[in-house]
Amino acid sequence: MASPATAAVENLPQVLLLLHPAAFTIFGEEHFTSPKFRFLKAYESSLPLDEFLAANARSVRALLVSAATVVGAGILDLLPELRVIVTTSAGLDQLDLAECRRRGIRIASAGDIYSADVADCAVGLLIDVLRKISASNRYVKNGFWATKGDYPLGSKQLRGKRIGIVGLGRIGLQVAKRLQQGFGCTVSYNSRKKKNPDQVPYPFYQDVRELAANSDALILCCGLTEQTRHAVDKEVLAALGKAGVIVNVARGAVVDEKEMVRCLVEGEIAGAGLDVFEDEPVVPKELMELDNVVLSPHSAVLTRESMMELARLVVGNLEAFFSNEPLLSEYEDD
Amino acid sequence: MAQSMWFPKLLPVTERSLLRPLLHHTTNPLLHSSTTSLRQSNLLPRRVSTAAVSPMESITVLMTCPPVHPYLVEALEKRFTLHKLDSVPDKAQFLSSHRDSIRAVVGNAAAGADAELIDQLPKLEIVSSYSVGLDKIDLAKCKEKGIRVTNTPDVLTDDVADLALGLMLAVLRRLCESDRYVRSGLWKKGDYKLTTKFSGKTVGIIGLGRIGMAIAQRAEAFSCPISYFSRSQKPGINYKYHPSVVDLAANSLGPKGVLINIGRGPHVDEAELVSALVEGRLGGAGLDVFQDEPNVPEELFKLENVVLLPHVGSGTVETRQAMADLVVGNLEAHFLNKPLLTPVV
Repeated sequence: MASPATAAVENLPQVLLLLHPAAFTIFGEEHFTSPKFRFLKAYESSLPLDEFLAANARSVRALLVSAATVVGAGILDLLPELRVIVTTSAGLDQLDLAECRRRGIRIASAGDIYSADVADCAVGLLIDVLRKISASNRYVKNGFWATKGDYPLGSKQLRGKRIGIVGLGRIGLQVAKRLQQGFGCTVSYNSRKKKNPDQVPYPFYQDVRELAANSDALILCCGLTEQTRHAVDKEVLAALGKAGVIVNVARGAVVDEKEMVRCLVEGEIAGAGLDVFEDEPVVPKELMELDNVVLSPHSAVLTRESMMELARLVVGNLEAFFSNEPLLSEYEDD
Repeated sequence: MAQSMWFPKLLPVTERSLLRPLLHHTTNPLLHSSTTSLRQSNLLPRRVSTAAVSPMESITVLMTCPPVHPYLVEALEKRFTLHKLDSVPDKAQFLSSHRDSIRAVVGNAAAGADAELIDQLPKLEIVSSYSVGLDKIDLAKCKEKGIRVTNTPDVLTDDVADLALGLMLAVLRRLCESDRYVRSGLWKKGDYKLTTKFSGKTVGIIGLGRIGMAIAQRAEAFSCPISYFSRSQKPGINYKYHPSVVDLAANSLGPKGVLINIGRGPHVDEAELVSALVEGRLGGAGLDVFQDEPNVPEELFKLENVVLLPHVGSGTVETRQAMADLVVGNLEAHFLNKPLLTPVV
């Protein structure tokens, strides 16, 4: 016979987890628990997923996913009572948004909590590439400064540099503010739609290639959609040119990675700062040999501060959902 | 832009004669386009007979710092007789045999003109430093002897400030270590650990001059509150003033604090810094300058919370060129009896 405590727990609404979220590993599952719900961990079962869900998840109303959890019609068919998906990720490309919309499933995103950290990472990568910070740190730590002499000079200063931001959402706007107000760069952008010029003072380019042709550095801050997949292609890279730099804090697939690697190896563009790749955690080995490339393991959001905010937001969203209150960070498709 | 407002851009001079206008191709917006108005603006040399003033190529300039910048060395060699102290085997002998000819010294952050050198060069008129820092020049002695001193302010402000921010981000967000993590194949095994957010953190600045202010402006775009220590409180500045370095540091440093040094190595007690880092009493450091460059304490090499750069604060092609132009421009101005471009003394 179940004790009252166990019974109480068993009465708690369930939140389904298909995969173990990276946030649990890196920050600690204990930050994501609540007395108002319990987790149903599909990945802890030895059953194949569809069998597990059929047996255990038919009445599940809430699903917690991370960037790696792909959710399409197949999964959704097995969750007939699902009403909300809460994601720990900044991006939503792992979800079939059209299917969710069709089934009336609401989505709670990570909102704006990551924007400052991702923007900081983008700016940090840009300065690193231009001023060769990682490369010259390696040089000094290898003992070369004393033995081989001064390190080669970096390129032009940031002031006056033309920055092209692809995707002027919450993250793109933060990048723009830092670079234009802080460093004196000149920002332009491409986005799905032109923003209100009264609110957004930067010049708009309808075409990414034209933006690249008018930029010294391209910073990718857009979500991954069918429209943005390989948006940075051979033509865009050619337009960016030999002195151009690319920074990617969006998704690897926004860039034709193979073409970008070729351009970097052959000197068709000047350098790159990359936090994301087409097939993580695989990084093209050619990039590992280059000094004009800075590599980051998809960690733009991985700060202690962001994780604390995330835990609060995830728990808050789930608790709000189960109390029939408005979600804290409902995703609105615009 | 500060860079283009302060000094004439130097161009290859094909003839060394003083009579040829020096600046007929200039792009400096402060200068006029006609030679007449150039003469009127006092920036062209007065017409003088060749007998009265010696051509500049006979003026001997001593470079006391290592000749690391080919552009600067070439520009000096084109105009003057240049000696590089670095390549002289017997320095004492050299100085003694050239004591009556050396009229100018060019130095940098590594070596300038100390009291001992100044005493050995009785004909020294001007020290033109390829740096904005003046710690390698005995300013008091120069003043006493009427020796002019120039440096390279403003043209490097942006680069140094950019690098300071780059260092803050690199240290707090472990950019260099993450890059190393990926290159070593470790990402396949798991995520790199959590790092520390930069935006919104308090930035304490020691020295709120041109570079300090430029750093503050950048940090403000990241919503960082700014505090500072300076010799005197600056009027009209909204940042929080601390009357002593200790006071400023009390709120910033410690096991979670980060020290960034883009000034001079001797600003910091390096031995103490190393032990604080090794023992975890200081959270991290981004260092572009050291007590005894290019020697860097090897205990720092393995620390993942430390980023070490080989004194590259002003290290972009454009800025080093602008600095070199100022060095040469100041020397030319001096020997043509023109106002110095960026005098300190």
